[in-house]
Amino acid sequence: MCNGNPYLPYTATIVETWYETGGERPVKTFKVTLDDAAARESWSHRPGQCAMVGLLGVGESMFCISCSPTEGDFLRFSVMRAGKVTSALHQLEAGDKITVRGPYGNSFPLEEWEGKRILTVGGGIGQAPLRPIVEFVRANRDKYVGLTVIYGARSCGDLCFKGELEALAKEGDIECHLSVDVGEEGWPHYVGFVPSLLMEVNPSPENTIAVTCGPPIMIRFVLENLKKLGFADEQIYTTLENRMKCGLGKCGRCNAGHLYVCKDGPVFSYAVLKDAPEAFA
Amino acid sequence: MGAISALLLTKEKWPEFLGKISGKQLFAPKRQGDRVYLAPLKEGELPDFDFQNTLVPPKALVFPQTETLYRYRLGETEMKEPAIEGEAVLLGVRPCDGRAMQLVERLFCWDVDDPYYLKRRALVTVVGLACSEPGLNCFCSSVGGGPASTEGLDLLMTDLGESFLLEPLTDKGRALLAEAGELLAEAPPEAVAQKEQIAAEAAARIKRSVDTAGIPEGLPRLWNDPLWQRHAAACLGCGTCTYLCPTCHCFDIQDEAEGTEARRLRVWDSCMFEEYTRHASGHNPRPTRRERTRNRISHKYSYYVQKFGIIACVGCGRCVNLCPVNIDLVEILRQVKEAL
Repeated sequence: MCNGNPYLPYTATIVETWYETGGERPVKTFKVTLDDAAARESWSHRPGQCAMVGLLGVGESMFCISCSPTEGDFLRFSVMRAGKVTSALHQLEAGDKITVRGPYGNSFPLEEWEGKRILTVGGGIGQAPLRPIVEFVRANRDKYVGLTVIYGARSCGDLCFKGELEALAKEGDIECHLSVDVGEEGWPHYVGFVPSLLMEVNPSPENTIAVTCGPPIMIRFVLENLKKLGFADEQIYTTLENRMKCGLGKCGRCNAGHLYVCKDGPVFSYAVLKDAPEAFA
Repeated sequence: MGAISALLLTKEKWPEFLGKISGKQLFAPKRQGDRVYLAPLKEGELPDFDFQNTLVPPKALVFPQTETLYRYRLGETEMKEPAIEGEAVLLGVRPCDGRAMQLVERLFCWDVDDPYYLKRRALVTVVGLACSEPGLNCFCSSVGGGPASTEGLDLLMTDLGESFLLEPLTDKGRALLAEAGELLAEAPPEAVAQKEQIAAEAAARIKRSVDTAGIPEGLPRLWNDPLWQRHAAACLGCGTCTYLCPTCHCFDIQDEAEGTEARRLRVWDSCMFEEYTRHASGHNPRPTRRERTRNRISHKYSYYVQKFGIIACVGCGRCVNLCPVNIDLVEILRQVKEAL
């Protein structure tokens, strides 16, 4: 928090940018560092947390932090161009300034998950909040029994972190299954929807935590299929994103039923979410 | 805090009493056309106490409709916070609205303090005016309030006809009275008894009521009940019910620039607007007025109770009085109760 005022952001400089995907709604990743040395020192985030990214003169939007703190002293945001703020952000390059405040929300209970196998099931831009789990587990590999990544997008061009994930698949130590909804020539992996790929992979629920994020419709079917595979509610986690303005539990809009996504979430176990009827709306 | 002692101010000394309040801006009910607003009181001007309630709740003075969070110049990164200063006295606040301020404060202090709200709240002294004649759609007594309730107030005034009974409730209230000590007399027991009677008679004249028992726990069970569609069908989505609700506190944050001078501001928002929850992708978790109406009622009568242990409605009746299509919260709650 800046000057004791939680609304006052830090300024940050973009160090590097690259496109994850192309098309009508491209995803661009921004690697940024906070300008103020003291701010860098005091900043600490955990996988699953979010931050409010802004552009002075344009506005602020909430994004998940798409890197794990184990990766280094920087932040990453993977932003799909969709509205006013994201369109303005997409015009920025290395050296440009943005504002950042946070980190906000709870995080994945990765310490609790030690000694277990981790399964992530992502779709589209929904891989962005799951990526920090993958990186965190890789950095603390000896503490987890295993890691399985299931990830899909509409087409090959819509896959985020594609190079990274394909490299991961080759590492051998980590199971990585990629899919596209619509097949295309030269695509060596699965063709079909992510929930179907999940059934194909057929992971055992034994000593496993499953985390899913993606479009609401995908999440719904993934949850259904995880239950079919024998996962208990307590073994299933997801992370929600709703429109947010403050990140502080004040502005009102991000609630799913009685749960504030910015404070009670964004990470929820299915045991909690199944009683919040608005969670998958 | 010592024992509450009641004081008496005769009405002929009322103008002089107002003149004694120094160093603080005075806001009091003033009539503009057929509406009454809490507006700055000029020197020598008297408040208009012949009103049921102000159109805009006093929340607007601690949570302004538009408020600068910080200023900056386009192209630069230095951000300047505005100074929040200047004490004010809000005179003639109805007890329901005082309660609302106390209620909303729970949210603005929840986990992270909201410095803007809390600074402004600390700068105001709230002088309540007990109700002697409830409005058509008042139902404060159903939700924990009453015509002379004191929560959120620093001082409660009751009009006894020839004089005002003044009951200080906090240090701020006592400080205000200390400035005009020589105009006040200790209230005799009869005056206090008269006030109790006025409040009791006013309470007895409240026509509308809600039996809230079971509603906070029960509302989530009515998620798919047809009653939401029934009530939302008439809704125009104008947002009046939320803008003028004393407990509604939702806001948007936007950037605004004129030339190179710019600011990031917050501005009242409403859960009844389609854009409120619409994602940039176009997806909207509350796509129609049915979901938005359900959220408005559920937030006040269920979610807030789960979070903060209290119903976020003070029964002021504004949303009922001012809805252009007569959507009636009390009737919705009656049907909720029936459906449980």
